[in-house]
Amino acid sequence: MVLGLLGLGALGVVTGATVQDGLSRFLAPIQMNDPTGLTSLVPLGNTWRYYSVTGAVEPRDAATYTLKVDGLVDHPSTYRLSDLEALPQLSFTDDFHCVTGWHVPDVPWTGVRVADLLERAAPTTDAVGVRFHSFDGTYSVNMTLDQARADDVVVALRMYGEPVTHDHGGPVRIYSGSMYGYKSTKWLSGIEVTDNDDPGYWESRGYPLDGIIDE
Amino acid sequence: MSDRSSSPSSVDRFAPAERWVHRSVAMLMGTCLVTAVILYNGSIMLAVGHRHLVETVHVWSGLALPVPMLLGALSAAYRADVRRLNRVTSADWRWLRSRTRRDGTIRVGKFNAGQKVNAWLVAGSTGVLLGTGILMYWTGLVRLAWRSGATFVHDWTALAVGLLVLGHLVYAVRDPEARHGMRSGRVSLRWARREHAAWADEVDPSGT
Repeated sequence: MVLGLLGLGALGVVTGATVQDGLSRFLAPIQMNDPTGLTSLVPLGNTWRYYSVTGAVEPRDAATYTLKVDGLVDHPSTYRLSDLEALPQLSFTDDFHCVTGWHVPDVPWTGVRVADLLERAAPTTDAVGVRFHSFDGTYSVNMTLDQARADDVVVALRMYGEPVTHDHGGPVRIYSGSMYGYKSTKWLSGIEVTDNDDPGYWESRGYPLDGIIDE
Repeated sequence: MSDRSSSPSSVDRFAPAERWVHRSVAMLMGTCLVTAVILYNGSIMLAVGHRHLVETVHVWSGLALPVPMLLGALSAAYRADVRRLNRVTSADWRWLRSRTRRDGTIRVGKFNAGQKVNAWLVAGSTGVLLGTGILMYWTGLVRLAWRSGATFVHDWTALAVGLLVLGHLVYAVRDPEARHGMRSGRVSLRWARREHAAWADEVDPSGT
């Protein structure tokens, strides 16, 4: 029986992703409309898991939110939420993958491309990397300048057609489509252009420096 | 040991080594389950935060969980009880199927069939949680699809183990003498005759 369980476990590891996707397709409509929230207590379907690396994070809203773009740039600037909303927006639908294995399929995102903000700031010639800071006071993520300029790296303002909620890292977070979730800084407060690609929070705790999804 | 000429009032049930294993596993399992709830539930996670710390505690308690179970093998009493738990008799099958299993007609040994099934489930699930947990923590070991599978198996197994532990606690709360047995190592012979009649005969053959 013990061996049987271990065998079932191994089988589950190999087939679990498929089973989970099947279950999820079936259950998503139920979970989206579950007023009791009880379905979120069991690991059914592909659902969000909320992470925070500090204590409770003080929420910010349109009145108090600011995003600094600074470091090795010719034109450092500070954006309010309304400033970001006034910039050209990119909308696309993409899967969110956590490095540990869970994922949420088909999430609609809307935001300003990091590439656009960098272009406005004009990095100096010795700029190499970008460091995203969080107003949780602790979290940070590194990317190379080239990675940060990718088409699917956005300063996300909307998710599922609504403003990004606090639990999802709102009002403003990063979404980087071709990288694992830990690369998408929540509660974004700053984009600092640097002369290095030093590891950020999870990168210095063992996760790969460039969290490209390997599939 | 026990005086064979006259019936003693209490008998040895668990050796010190077994009680040490039980206490260590209980503490590690408790830590795993509490940290698991924090890591899994979004509202609790965001209230508690400090994911890296909680995760580190969870991972290392999990890796340590099988250690006392394996160290127990150094004790002869522990090995003997593991052998008892592994032995399934026809009486066990009857006990599992019976609706009146607790009335004493089926004379159970040191462990009833339910305790045996619980022991196997906990041992097997611990192995599954350990294996899948390792795949999730050291993300470079297998490809993403398998990590998704590991997360799927880990979550469901953890939920099942949580329910097993809950059931285990409910039975313990309802039976003070069983709890006393695990705390002190000894149980009253009256309790032994009522709950584990065949075992009581073994340890006190002179009894009625």
